[in-house]
Amino acid sequence: MREHMIKTLVASAAFGLALTGMAYAEPVDDKLVIEGEEGTLELVTSTKAPDHLQEVMDTIYSGWHYREDDTRAMQKDDFDNPAMVFVDRGRDLWNKAIGKNSESCAGCHNGPESMKGLRAVTPRVDAKTGKLMTIENYVDACVTERMGLEAWGWTGDKMKDTLALISMQSRGEVVNVAIDGPAAPFWEKGKEIYYTRFGQLEMSCASCHEENQGLFIRSDHLSQGQINGFPTYRLKDAGILSAQQRFVGCVRDTRAETFKPNSDEFKALELYVASRGNGLSVEGVSVRH
Amino acid sequence: MADDAKPRVKVPKSAAAGEIVTIKSLISHKMESGQRKDAKGELIPRSIINRFTCDFNGVNAIDIAIDPAVSTNPYFEFDVKVDAAGEFKFTWYDDDGSVYEESKTIEIA
Repeated sequence: MREHMIKTLVASAAFGLALTGMAYAEPVDDKLVIEGEEGTLELVTSTKAPDHLQEVMDTIYSGWHYREDDTRAMQKDDFDNPAMVFVDRGRDLWNKAIGKNSESCAGCHNGPESMKGLRAVTPRVDAKTGKLMTIENYVDACVTERMGLEAWGWTGDKMKDTLALISMQSRGEVVNVAIDGPAAPFWEKGKEIYYTRFGQLEMSCASCHEENQGLFIRSDHLSQGQINGFPTYRLKDAGILSAQQRFVGCVRDTRAETFKPNSDEFKALELYVASRGNGLSVEGVSVRH
Repeated sequence: MADDAKPRVKVPKSAAAGEIVTIKSLISHKMESGQRKDAKGELIPRSIINRFTCDFNGVNAIDIAIDPAVSTNPYFEFDVKVDAAGEFKFTWYDDDGSVYEESKTIEIA
């Protein structure tokens, strides 16, 4: 009798734990209206899922909806958004005659406004070379071929400052990466990686960001893993983080050897993950924890 | 002078006489605490902004002593009661002797 009671107690305790272990929270119902220097701008942070995702989800949400009140508020005011420091640094770099023959970004491209729209459609396949190009790839080509410089580190300060500046020019534009035509093979490859389980923990991107989004992994609210907000200011790192750096962190957390930023694998994955956010606004530079 | 130091302030363009306005200030600075060691195990010398002040029409509104525990890119938000139109003057003092200044005017609406 006593033994039976203990068993029951253990069973109910385990059941209780299971329940608390499965805490779920809806994405926070909030609107992202940003107060900037040129007035206010409302961003699309949730919308109908793109056609290719219809079977798995109805609505896509920016990761902004999964963060705490304070973190969300920081992104609502450009002055409070710490990423703007990096955008400013990117602007200084843009105008600086850094090339071997004193070339600058501004010398060819004029103001950074000329980059408007790019962030919304990259990664994309370059029509001439047939290669999949991220913004970093374009910057790298300019730095090494036109400016005659040593390549910038892929995730170094100069690259990410420039990335932040270029991304900001497309803030408010709707993500619309091409997934058909020449992009199709890259997209398929990215999709395969998204659903492949990696590492000792045997987890795929989908394990967290599709099947369990909204649940908590320890104290962290699992988002859909959208990258429309990238590059992002990560409070934990007090610095800018690019999408592929985030991928490195995710894959590492599965206890796998990760792909490298700018590898074919991560570029394909960036295209695929970007396409899952087709319809959301580019957030320029977001704030996450 | 730290090359990355760049002051920024946000002040409302106008206020009612006697209104309390919120002012936000930020300066990009590495704020090296002097406690850290480099790869060779040698101490990285301290280099921080050690003082920040704000004056309104020549009258001091806030004067802050900053110590090494303050993190990179120090941000201060504070309230000031505005009785008349005028100019806010902001000053940051660097350990290396550099002084960074910024000013903003406010009107009475």
